[in-house]
Amino acid sequence: MYHTKTLSELSAMLEAGDVTSVQLTEHYLQRIKDHDAQLNSFITITAESALKAAAQADEVRKEGNAGPLTGIPIAHKDIFCTKGVKTTCGSKMLDNFESPYDATVVEKMQQAGVVMLGKTNMDEFAMGSSNETSFYGAVKNPWNTKAVPGGSSGGSASSVAARLTPASTGTDTGGSIRQPAALCGITGLKPTYGRVSRYGMIAFASSLDQAGPMAQSAEDCALLLNAMSGFDPKDSTSLEQDVPNYTAELNKPLDGLKIGLPKEYFGEGLSEGTNEVVKKAIEEYKAMGAEIIDISLPNTHLAVPVYYVVAPAECSSNLSRFDGVRFGHRCEDPKDLEDLYKRSRGEGFGEEVKRRILVGTYALSAGYYDAYYIKAQQLRRMISDDFTKAFEKVDVIMGPSSPETAFNIGEKSDDPISMYLSDIYTIAVNLAGLPGMSVPAGFSEKMPVGLQIIANHFDESRLLNVAHQYQLKTDWHKAIPEEFK
Amino acid sequence: MEWETVIGLEIHAQLRTKSKIFSSASTAFGAEPNTQACAVDLGLPGVLPVVNAEAIRMATKFGLATGSEVCKHSVFARKNYFYPDLPKGYQISQMELPIVGEGSIDIELEDGIKKTIGITRAHLEEDAGKSLHEDYHGMTGIDLNRAGTPLLEIVSEPDMRSAKEAVAYMRKIHSLVQYLEICDGNMAEGSFRCDANVSVRPKGQKEYGTRAELKNINSFRFVERAINLEVERQIDVIEDGGDVVQETRLYDADKHETRSMRSKEEANDYRYFPDPDLLPVVLDDAYLEEVRKTLPELPAEKAARFVSELSLSEYDAGILTASRDLADFFEAVISESVDAKLAANWMIGDVSARLNKEDLSITNCPVSAAHLAGMLKRIEDNTISGKIAKDVFNGMWNGEGDADTVIEKKGLKQITDDSAIEAIIDEVIANSPNQLEQYLSGKDKLFGYFVGQVMKLSQGKANPAQVNTMLKNKLK
Repeated sequence: MYHTKTLSELSAMLEAGDVTSVQLTEHYLQRIKDHDAQLNSFITITAESALKAAAQADEVRKEGNAGPLTGIPIAHKDIFCTKGVKTTCGSKMLDNFESPYDATVVEKMQQAGVVMLGKTNMDEFAMGSSNETSFYGAVKNPWNTKAVPGGSSGGSASSVAARLTPASTGTDTGGSIRQPAALCGITGLKPTYGRVSRYGMIAFASSLDQAGPMAQSAEDCALLLNAMSGFDPKDSTSLEQDVPNYTAELNKPLDGLKIGLPKEYFGEGLSEGTNEVVKKAIEEYKAMGAEIIDISLPNTHLAVPVYYVVAPAECSSNLSRFDGVRFGHRCEDPKDLEDLYKRSRGEGFGEEVKRRILVGTYALSAGYYDAYYIKAQQLRRMISDDFTKAFEKVDVIMGPSSPETAFNIGEKSDDPISMYLSDIYTIAVNLAGLPGMSVPAGFSEKMPVGLQIIANHFDESRLLNVAHQYQLKTDWHKAIPEEFK
Repeated sequence: MEWETVIGLEIHAQLRTKSKIFSSASTAFGAEPNTQACAVDLGLPGVLPVVNAEAIRMATKFGLATGSEVCKHSVFARKNYFYPDLPKGYQISQMELPIVGEGSIDIELEDGIKKTIGITRAHLEEDAGKSLHEDYHGMTGIDLNRAGTPLLEIVSEPDMRSAKEAVAYMRKIHSLVQYLEICDGNMAEGSFRCDANVSVRPKGQKEYGTRAELKNINSFRFVERAINLEVERQIDVIEDGGDVVQETRLYDADKHETRSMRSKEEANDYRYFPDPDLLPVVLDDAYLEEVRKTLPELPAEKAARFVSELSLSEYDAGILTASRDLADFFEAVISESVDAKLAANWMIGDVSARLNKEDLSITNCPVSAAHLAGMLKRIEDNTISGKIAKDVFNGMWNGEGDADTVIEKKGLKQITDDSAIEAIIDEVIANSPNQLEQYLSGKDKLFGYFVGQVMKLSQGKANPAQVNTMLKNKLK
């Protein structure tokens, strides 16, 4: 059936006239209807507008104006503003919010001709690593519905893994694309900071947030990234740099590729099963002609503490606009202004969001700013310098995406520190603004394991090439959970 | 005890950009509430600011014009606090690294003494919206049209020692920003307003006293009043054995009092940090040079030129250059080849007096520069006398047309025909036998009487110089 195909294969079928966009869209909408009750991966399903867009896409194709993504159904993480459609960011605060405008990513995807099936579930305001903080309930992992899908782009990862959509968009502030991609056995890419516009993507931590594709293969990600990337005059932090054709270098041989293995990514805290799978993947690369080089990223241990100062500090300010005055949740019968603020925010935000706003407010307070925020910025620079030095010696860095496979729902909800540590290998990449990917590399006790690949700034082509070559040799990315075949 | 007042001002000048500092919405004043606020101004989820290059250019102009350091690397920071008319819950401003650093400006006091006032810094920031407390039945209306309007906050050193000095400094900055065309200076619309930091100390003491900040004063008159009132209050507090507390106070023009808004303890912790949505503003020498070339002639340069090229007195030149609009008007008048001194006298005299009386600014003057020049030419070519010119000016003010039209219509043309003047002189002499006898017997003073009678009989139109010469001959 269609859903066993990758996005690239579907694109070829559309081009060949073997299927229409309407047929594909109907098929995936049906799958969502049949299976999403088990997963809870969607917050909003936009069946009607999807079918309309699909019919339009078929027209465009008839006129001979189709591109590779014309008529391909996808889902958007519910962090992207979509005009006229509920945009919740996984929060009660925005349960009533309908955006009057489209995010740049949404607009660009629309221009490329994709059909939006709906909006995917996520941790509230992208704060979480398990998708348990969503106001719309936990998302389940299709490989084991008792387990979490990872987060914060858990709905996107789960829906792609269960083939309820060929692909989805995600965002990654500290690992929110790569960690759920790993835990659900799909391919996800976080681009270089500034490669994809943040306009219309509800901000969590502005200096770290970056949108990227989540799909079945590197080739699919390349097609999606082609459409998403590029300078946006509406985002001052987006970079005015040419966007290469990301599919162009997929087939470059890996002979002589230098892969760095940071010893800090294979130390204490890494589960045995994940370690084995990742090591085996590295062996595969060796067999393809790559050279393996042991490296050190000595400030790795600082990444989580630095992140949990910088990200909450920025979020405490970014989330101030949710005050019950202009949009979003407003408490009933406020007594006065202070009551309006306190109750609207108290009722609208969940526990994890409140925790981070409090931490961030504290870190920016008079008397603490230098000790926390300024210090964190200095350490951030050191973490970034580690990578700069490493890339003088190697082309890409590899390691696990997550220290372990998907844990059970509820297992870590009362232990924020242990939850925060599940992003220990991904967070430094955001702090340094680098592009990173997670690629399915096998299973440990029947649960997927992700291989993380990190490249230098703006070297997404290299990342995709390295991942694609591996996927030509392996089938891990083609595995579909039994119940969703 | 003798007290000394110490004043520093924070002036907020609204920059004359077409669009807002971080969005493309219009900055025009007076539109229906919330019609000039786009998604960015409303602080909708997901929106991002993009800095308006024109605001950077205007701030740079100010820095260059005051000889201040224009910082090549400045950073926007977020000032965090909750208020309903502050949509994002933070104001984008500049904190540690403002765009304009130290500089200074010279002021002249009424007694002619000059003084240099230090400028600590000037930084860019966005304005908030407006809370409307009336007409909403116990609720508050929010108008976000003003939200995101660019402001340049100009912070002075505590260099002023009296309310008069503060006003002189504020006027000087007011004039400068208009010269630079970076602010319309409209105080009634709030485009130019200030906060005053005021403290007192015993004369001779080095340390500053505890200061109070007077908020949002929007006229020169109120600045002077509010400061004087606050100085009196502080001296009273200290002389009664109390201590001035550091606080923010509001000047109430209607009640003529200042009252406490919040004390230092109640002050917000604004949690400033660099705005991660905006890159640092980086300016290079080429840019500064390019902006420098666009600077207009500044007031001091213009005044010096009026003295050297037009032979005006320093005093007149100072008055004519006090505002760009006045100077522009004056230059428009003399561009029609009118004598500069004559034009200056009229501008400083009759024109200014009439504008003051009618509470109008020079830009709203009903008599155009061209019409005024036309009239001055008629004085120069003896068509009318200076005295008759006042009637012509009145006519032009009332919209009766240009000078020639008014002269023609009202028959104000000067009589220069010798025989006509002679006839009038003869008539006067014939009607004044007593005065003639007295004059001829040596009462020279009566000459003035004859001149007056001739002028009166000619309805002021006889050329005074001719009347003088001819009378002297007749009365020999």
